[in-house]
Amino acid sequence: MKPGTVAIVGAAETTELGRIPNLSMLGLHADAALNAMNDMGIGPKDIDGVATAGTSPTDLAHYLGITPTWADGTAVGGCSFMLHVRHAAAAINEGLCTTVLITHGESGKSRVGSGRYGGNSSSLAGQFEAPYGPMGPPTMFTIPVLRYMKDRGLTHEQLANVAVVQREWAAMHPRATFRDPITIDDVLNSRMIAYPFRLLQCCLVTDGGGALIMTSAERAKDFGTKPVYIVGTGESVETPMISQMADFTSSRAFRVSGNKAFEEAGISRSEVDHLMIYDAFAHLPIFGLEDLGFVGPGEAGQFIMERNTAPGGVLPMNTNGGGLSYMHSGMYGMYALQESVRQMRGTSPAQVDGAKLSVCHGVGGMFGASGTIIMSNEAP
Amino acid sequence: MADKFQALPTPTPETEHFWAGTREGQLRLQRCQRCNHSYFPPRPFCPECACREVEVYPASGRATLYSYVINHRAPKGWDAPYSIAVVELEEGPRMMSNIIGIEQTPEALTLDMALEVSFEQASEDIFLPKFKPAGGSL
Repeated sequence: MKPGTVAIVGAAETTELGRIPNLSMLGLHADAALNAMNDMGIGPKDIDGVATAGTSPTDLAHYLGITPTWADGTAVGGCSFMLHVRHAAAAINEGLCTTVLITHGESGKSRVGSGRYGGNSSSLAGQFEAPYGPMGPPTMFTIPVLRYMKDRGLTHEQLANVAVVQREWAAMHPRATFRDPITIDDVLNSRMIAYPFRLLQCCLVTDGGGALIMTSAERAKDFGTKPVYIVGTGESVETPMISQMADFTSSRAFRVSGNKAFEEAGISRSEVDHLMIYDAFAHLPIFGLEDLGFVGPGEAGQFIMERNTAPGGVLPMNTNGGGLSYMHSGMYGMYALQESVRQMRGTSPAQVDGAKLSVCHGVGGMFGASGTIIMSNEAP
Repeated sequence: MADKFQALPTPTPETEHFWAGTREGQLRLQRCQRCNHSYFPPRPFCPECACREVEVYPASGRATLYSYVINHRAPKGWDAPYSIAVVELEEGPRMMSNIIGIEQTPEALTLDMALEVSFEQASEDIFLPKFKPAGGSL
């Protein structure tokens, strides 16, 4: 995309986060959408583009009373919303629509109106992975880590420390699920889920949602909200099977998506003030820091240990506490985007003083897909 | 076995040769006849060069332990903890499996250890390739 031509002008999460048994999955989408429209003082008739994952854009548009001229149902897992932002920017620039609503809602904990998990036993993953007893992402997403630890020298303490530092950020957020400080020992003594991953190295399972509204940079100043400009975007996909990920120490989808976003933005890594890296599990920020080029291969564990990403560090990361402490409904990418927007608006409870550039990086499936959005609060 | 929750593969025309192989005690891979690339999972063309001229051949069954987790939350009928692993076959491709015939501990399951295939019957038609320490007696 052309940097700075499109902006996020509306952004909100669901009224509540955590346990929301009185709303269905679609209801969570709608609650977040209504909050985002209210944020900028518009209604459904002002929206002419919709993008969503988890439900269909048809369900969403009908439920909210929107008549779109553009719809995107890209669903590649938790980073789908990063891809929606990218696609919406292109659509707005191409004149396909003017005002795009992107929504997420997921009854991850309460499972209200969510349908059932189910696999296709004739898919390649159904034939060649499911028979070996995996119990969802905690036993699949985590498989590359022992190889990474052996090849790159990551220690159990460094892996545990990811959760410790993020809890410090979560403590500043009133809406974070877990806010009490934890230590490396707490993490390493928590219940074993799938060795080497213990409970506190795995994301939460909660209910919630979020919505974004985008328009052209020209119109962005008309709504009374501080525009957050999109200055770089990237996306890629690699494999639906964790066992077929080409390199267990580095994600190709991360590298391709990240490089594309930085190329578009025309910025260097050292200019970045704020970073979000989707953390369904504690190893993801480690892979992300390396694959996005912030540190070299094998350096991320120590980089986090030296408090570079902690409050007061040079590269504040996952400042809402992340999926490990803030919330995780299943497709967490929307909450990473929301925190980047808050940081660029200057409204985060864990505000990074003077932050002007935020990188928001998502993963989908289990290293299956990736999307990267770079935002700025400065007009192009 | 009746009480065990066992996800079973539904073979497709493109993968039937693999599951027929496991019934006969053979681990079958495919190889491109143009670029000689060996690959898995099955498909009727080479993922390296897109050539449709590919052959099915029996793999040696030898592998090394590439990475794994030890699952502590068992589905019905599984004895936790148990390993969910990715093995690297001697011919190059990697595949998911379980490591059997060895204690399911980080101390016993060392990365790069030598393994060999062992077929486990999971239903009337389906035999799953699992891996045990090479030279073991299982």
